[in-house]
Amino acid sequence: MKQQNLVREIFSGNAVIPIFAVLASFLFGGILIAFANEEVQQASGYFFSRPGDTISAVLNSVFGAYDALFRGSIFNYQASSAEGMIKPLTETLAYATPITLAGLGLAVSFRSGLFNIGAQGQIIFGAMFAAYVGLSFELPFLIHMPMAVLAGLLGGALWGGLVGLLKATTGANEVVVTIMFNYVALLLLTYLLKTPVFQAPNQVNPISSPVAESSRLPGILGDGFRLHFGLIIMLAMVVAVWWLMHRSSIGYQFRALGYNPSAARTAGINIPLTYILVMAVSGGLAGMAGASQVLGADRQLTVGISATFGFDAITVALLGRNNPFGVLAAGILFGGLRSGAVLMQANQGVPVDIVLVVQSTIVLFIAAPPLVRSLFRLPKPKAVQA
Amino acid sequence: MKQSKKTPIALMLLLAVASLIIPNVQGQQLEVRVATGTDLFPIPNIILPSQGFVAVMLILMLAMTALSVYLTFVRNRKTPLIAVIAFGFGLVMTVLTWLFSGATMGITTLLAGSLALAVPLIFGSLSGALSERVGIINIAIEGQLLAGAFTSALVASVTDSVLIGIFAAMIAGSLVAAILAVFSIKYLVDQIITGVVINVLIIGLTSFLFSTLLADNISILNQPPRFERISIPLLSQIPIAGPVLFNQTLIVYLMYLAVAGVFLALFKTRWGLRLRSVGEYPKASDTVGINVFRTRYMSVMIGGALAGLGGSFFTLGQVGAFGKEMTNGAGYIALAALIFGRWNPIYAAMAALLFGFALNLQYALQIVGSPLPSEFLLMLPYVLTVVAVAGLVGKVRGPAAAGKPYVKS
Repeated sequence: MKQQNLVREIFSGNAVIPIFAVLASFLFGGILIAFANEEVQQASGYFFSRPGDTISAVLNSVFGAYDALFRGSIFNYQASSAEGMIKPLTETLAYATPITLAGLGLAVSFRSGLFNIGAQGQIIFGAMFAAYVGLSFELPFLIHMPMAVLAGLLGGALWGGLVGLLKATTGANEVVVTIMFNYVALLLLTYLLKTPVFQAPNQVNPISSPVAESSRLPGILGDGFRLHFGLIIMLAMVVAVWWLMHRSSIGYQFRALGYNPSAARTAGINIPLTYILVMAVSGGLAGMAGASQVLGADRQLTVGISATFGFDAITVALLGRNNPFGVLAAGILFGGLRSGAVLMQANQGVPVDIVLVVQSTIVLFIAAPPLVRSLFRLPKPKAVQA
Repeated sequence: MKQSKKTPIALMLLLAVASLIIPNVQGQQLEVRVATGTDLFPIPNIILPSQGFVAVMLILMLAMTALSVYLTFVRNRKTPLIAVIAFGFGLVMTVLTWLFSGATMGITTLLAGSLALAVPLIFGSLSGALSERVGIINIAIEGQLLAGAFTSALVASVTDSVLIGIFAAMIAGSLVAAILAVFSIKYLVDQIITGVVINVLIIGLTSFLFSTLLADNISILNQPPRFERISIPLLSQIPIAGPVLFNQTLIVYLMYLAVAGVFLALFKTRWGLRLRSVGEYPKASDTVGINVFRTRYMSVMIGGALAGLGGSFFTLGQVGAFGKEMTNGAGYIALAALIFGRWNPIYAAMAALLFGFALNLQYALQIVGSPLPSEFLLMLPYVLTVVAVAGLVGKVRGPAAAGKPYVKS
């Protein structure tokens, strides 16, 4: 009996929900992969005469795809060299760097009760500021690189802080403003990349020159790998955000605002100022993601500099339950999906878009524990004692 | 009570912008072409002296700003909407003169194109109106449009019928809305999160299916028939209004019906009254016997069907085939139109028309060669929406219960 209780405890606890949510999403992704597979389509044409063919085609397509996903994101056991074997893991971490940084920013704002949907625009602003510093100055590495990263932080903080300022002074809803600001930032970047401000000389395409050598985030494992110093910054920020939110008095005020704004006001917290600060911190972290892309990954400014990191960051923050270490874990998971999907597409012909489907279903399932429980027939958690 | 000073301040800021533009008006005259060739009687081109016309518009804007300042600071009264609209007219005319001076502006074709581009925005904002008025924030308009675009292309290609295609698009749109509704109503998930995530899901799903199914069988699965232009006899021959309003495709005529229908349903029927009461104060509605959950599901899904219908504009109306992420943020512009139009279907449609005009202007300007980079025109909807939610043009307030799940106790 006691053991049964323990099992019940484990399976009804909240920790189990993310695991089953991920499982359910991979199952759903598997259905799509099988559905779109040509061999499965052919075999299903004569399903009733030889059902075994269909089943084995389904299993082949799904396992082939997920095997490629594993080899492309964690460990490539088919590679010929040790370097090739660990390369996927480093790719995963390279993808995880910007989405975790931006995800940390969003986690700060979500915790504080503000819905910052604007990481996309804040990444762009961070990237523009970092690129400007990286392109315009010639300085020693030890000054130039930190300055460029800080410029990225500043750019994101200004663009995010502006939203906080609008909310504090006029009451403008931050969800709407940040969504609109994403587009404004992208259009501004597109425009500036066609002007001498950013566009490389003698260039017709909207791209900048490479940023100065001294401003770049150096590679960590040498030239064969994309992994760069941005990873270290990201890990430092995980700890810094944890400290900020859980050990500092500013973080306490942030969380108080998130739990109950009117109680926070009664307790003497300056609400308008806190709005601005939350959005500035949140945007600043996203801005660093932009700086990491410009100075470490791409080394030049392009229209696609923010990719979909800003939207990935939303799912990362939610999956990580707005906890810095959870965000790190979620960021690595989604980084792995991104990196693995590249091999999956090349090797198995499964389009990378499947990642978006898996990613979004994970978040939907996590957000709705009762749905996951009913899908897997998990026991309900015991009612909380009143 | 003190009047809010936001309106006069906003007008003064815009006046400052206008006075920066005016010295830059080049060229001697602005030629406006109204005729399209199908008119009842020939219309000569209108020729305006650029500088003189701009001066008149400046006087109009000055007068309206002065009126607003006087009313607010001296009489402590509200600035009438008509003054703001007159100011806006002056500003738009000033900008247009600046952009087109020295060239010919084909006003009729410009307006007709704007109306067409506004179609998906209007359908999207109707979806938003039906959803948010009943208390469910709808960020998923983008997903509904995209699902409609995909499904209509696929189904219309297979069946070779536009009508079956748009019917399928409506079903797809309402299915996407159903996901939003189930997660926000049954599972009490935050509606903004659900909306954002649904958009990612639909982008992923349609892109995946596009790459795996449609891309290999274009001739069977992605070559839909397109909307044909239907000109209404007589009405389409009226100068300006005729070619703009009555020489359009099926989906535009459906859009007229939808805007009128949603407006009447929301504000003139018992159903609409109930719907809005659920969006304002669900507990009271429940108490008087309205089924809050059923009302919410219905309204959100009808909205989704309309957005799906609007999505078919991209494939059956504009491009003629589905492409990855082809809605390209139109759902968010529709959301902007909804907010700018203060959650009212007619105002939202007018806002969408304005945004459609800005979208279309960039094409017209590419031909004449414009002093204004197209990016800034494209920014207009977003910037105006921020201005609107910041309350610089009157008070913007959404339905009170929007975003809050209702838990029956």
